[in-house]
Amino acid sequence: MASELITKYMREEHLPHIWCPGCGHGILMRDVAQAVKNLGIDQEKVCLVSGIGCASRAAGYMDFQTMHTTHGRAIAFATGVKMARPDLEVIVIAGDGDCAAIGGNHLIHAARRNIGITVIVFNNDIYGMTGGQYSPTTPTGEFGTTAPYGNIDRPFDIAVLAAAAGASYVAKGTAYHATQTIKLIENGIKHKGFALIDCAGICATYYGRKNKKGSAVDMMKFQRDNTITVEQAKSLPREEREGKFILGKLVENDFPEFTDEYQKIIDRLKEGK
Amino acid sequence: MKNRVLMQGNEACVEGAIKAGMRFFAGYPITPSTEIAEQSAVRLPQVGGHFIQMEDEIASMAAIIGASAVGTKSMTATSGPGFSLKQENIGYACMTEIPCVIVDVQRSGPSTGLPTSPSQSDVMQARWGTHGDHSIIAISPSSVQECYHLAIRAFNLAEKYRTPVIFLMDEIVGHLREGIEIDDDENIEIIERKMKQRPDTLHLPYHVCEGEDVPRFHLTGYDIRYNITGLAHGADGFPTNNNEIAGQLVTRLMQKIEHNVDDIVQVEEKYCDDAETVIVCYGGTTRCVMSAVEELRAKGKKVGYFRPITIWPFPEKQLKALSEKVKNIIVAEHNYGQILLEVQRIVKNCKIGFVGKVDGTVIMPKEIVKAVEEVK
Amino acid sequence: MTKRLVVDPSWCKGCGICAEFCPKKVLKIVKEKVTVVNPDDCIKCGLCELRCPDYAIYIEEVRDEE
Repeated sequence: MASELITKYMREEHLPHIWCPGCGHGILMRDVAQAVKNLGIDQEKVCLVSGIGCASRAAGYMDFQTMHTTHGRAIAFATGVKMARPDLEVIVIAGDGDCAAIGGNHLIHAARRNIGITVIVFNNDIYGMTGGQYSPTTPTGEFGTTAPYGNIDRPFDIAVLAAAAGASYVAKGTAYHATQTIKLIENGIKHKGFALIDCAGICATYYGRKNKKGSAVDMMKFQRDNTITVEQAKSLPREEREGKFILGKLVENDFPEFTDEYQKIIDRLKEGK
Repeated sequence: MKNRVLMQGNEACVEGAIKAGMRFFAGYPITPSTEIAEQSAVRLPQVGGHFIQMEDEIASMAAIIGASAVGTKSMTATSGPGFSLKQENIGYACMTEIPCVIVDVQRSGPSTGLPTSPSQSDVMQARWGTHGDHSIIAISPSSVQECYHLAIRAFNLAEKYRTPVIFLMDEIVGHLREGIEIDDDENIEIIERKMKQRPDTLHLPYHVCEGEDVPRFHLTGYDIRYNITGLAHGADGFPTNNNEIAGQLVTRLMQKIEHNVDDIVQVEEKYCDDAETVIVCYGGTTRCVMSAVEELRAKGKKVGYFRPITIWPFPEKQLKALSEKVKNIIVAEHNYGQILLEVQRIVKNCKIGFVGKVDGTVIMPKEIVKAVEEVK
Repeated sequence: MTKRLVVDPSWCKGCGICAEFCPKKVLKIVKEKVTVVNPDDCIKCGLCELRCPDYAIYIEEVRDEE
C-alpha cells in the first residue's frame, strides 16, 4: 500500500528500494515524481536515464521509460535519446561521482551544447555503492575510506561548474527542503535547454559515519540549520558562505536549444537552401 | 538502376549505412576513420537524420546506443585507440541487446602507434575487447564496393540479432578510392526490427518467443514503459541476483549467435578447388593476396585463397572442410598473428605458414609469392 | 474530502526523519518502526510524507461518508 503518487509514478513491485535507512535519495526521488506529476507530463513521454551508483538505481524504481546505463555516461546516452526523439522529456538522475568525476566531461559538454536534458544530481558527497570513498564533492579535510588522513582534494560545486559550462538553467535544492526542491526540478524540466538541479542529499551510512555527522536525522537538521538562499549567498563574503547549503535558482537563460537548432538545418536542406 | 560512382571506402560505408536506414551517427575525429564522421555530417541532415560530434569516443558509443534504444538505426566510427575507449559501452549494447554498428578503421598500434598506417591488429579486440562472456559479429570488407554492401549487411545483422556489429575496416580499404555501383533499386534487402505482437509479452522486453533466439522489440519511448539495464536481468528487464536467470541470459547471448552461424557467416574462396596451398586473408590484405595468387596461377602453381568476410563468428566449418582438401595454409594479415591463432586452432592436418607485418607497411604480393614458393 | 494519515510499517526502515520533523510530535519510532502516538494532534500537513525516504507514511484523501 502506497500513496497515489508512489503508485502512479513508481514501480511499486520493486519497492521498498535498496537504499539505506534515512538515505536522502528516497526523498529526492519522490521530489522528481512530484515534479513530473505537477507538470502533468505523460509517463510515456518521460525517458529517465541513469548511470551507475546509488542514485542510478532510481531508474529501476521510477515508472517511466528507463535506462540504467554505464558509470558516468548517462548524459551521453541521454544525448542520443534526445537527438533521436526530441519530443521526449529526457531526465538524467546521477550521483556526484557519476556526474562530476567519471562523467564530468559529458556534463560540461551537454551543458555547453544546451541540449534539452534535465540532470538531477543526487549529491551526497561520497561514493556510497562502493562503500564510502571520497568524491569530487567531498569537502577538503573530510574523510572517506580512500581519504583516511583527510581529503586534500578541493571539491567541485557542480551547479557552478554546469553554469560556467553554459547550462541555461541551474538550481540547487536539498533533501530537507522538499517543497522548494520540487519546484526547482519542475522548472528545470519545463526549461527548454540544458537544466541541472544539484540536490544536496544525505548519506548517513558512509559519509555521516566516516565524518561523525551523526544520524540521518542529525544530518537533516544540519541541512535545515545551514541552508541559505541564492540571494543571501550573494550578499555574504566567501568565508561565510563556506559549508552552507544553497537553495534556489542560480541561472536561467533563453539560449537556443541544440535539437531545435539541428532541426533548422534539416528544414533548411529540405527547402533546398 | 545502378549508379557508377568514384568513392573512398570510408564514404562508401556511410552511403551503405544510410541505405540500410542509419539516421543517427555520433562520432569523434580519429585517423583514419574521420571521413566517415565528415560524410555522415553532410549526409544525415539531408535525409532527415542527425549527426553529432561528441566530446569523446565513450560518449559517441553511448549516444548511438541511446538513439537506437528509442528506435533509430545508429552508427559510430573510430580507429584503434577510440575502439578501446568504446569497449565498455559495446558490452552494454551486448547485454541490453541494443543493435548498433561500430566501424573500426584499423591502424597500427599499440597506443597511438602509426596513425596513418594500415594494420589489422584489432581483430582480437573486436572479438574480446569488452569484458565478460559475450558474442559479437564482425565483418571485414576488402573493397570499396564491399564497404557499401557490407555496411548494409552490418545493419541488417545488428537488427536481426539485436547485437552490436563491428564493421572491421582497415586503412587500406578505408582510404582506397574505386569506382563502385550504388544500387538505387529496391532489391537490396533491408531488415527492420522484429516487433512484439503478443499483448501478453509487451511488458517483458526480453521475453523470447518459442523457436526464436532473439527477443522481439518493443521500443523505449512508445506506449509501454520498461527498464533497460546492463545488470543481469530477467525477461522483465529488471536487475536480478538470481544465478539461474543470470546464467540463462549469458548463455542465450552466446547462443543467439552460435545457433545462427550459417546465416551470419560469409566467406569467399577463389581457386580453391584444385589448390595445394591456400592463403587465408581478409580485409585490405586480400588485395595483395589476389595479385599474388594470379601471378602464381600464371606460373602454374596450384594456389587459392580463402577469405572470411565475416570475421566473427569465425567461419570454422568452412575452413575445416577446406583444410581437409589442401596441403598447406598460409595466413596473411597485417599484424603479429591474430587470425593465425584461429587457424592453428581449427586446422589439424596442414602445414601452416604465416606472412605478417607490424611495421605499418603493406604486405607486397611478392612477399606472398615468396612464402608460397618456399613451402616444401 | 477528509485527509487521513496512513502508515505502512513494512516499508519503514526506522530512520526517524518523519518523527523528528513532525511539527506536532504525532509520530514516534517504536521498535525501529514509525508509530502514530498522538493521532489527534495531526494537522495533516504532509511534511512526513515529503521527507520519508521510504514512502512508508503519507496523507490520503478519503471521500466523506454520506
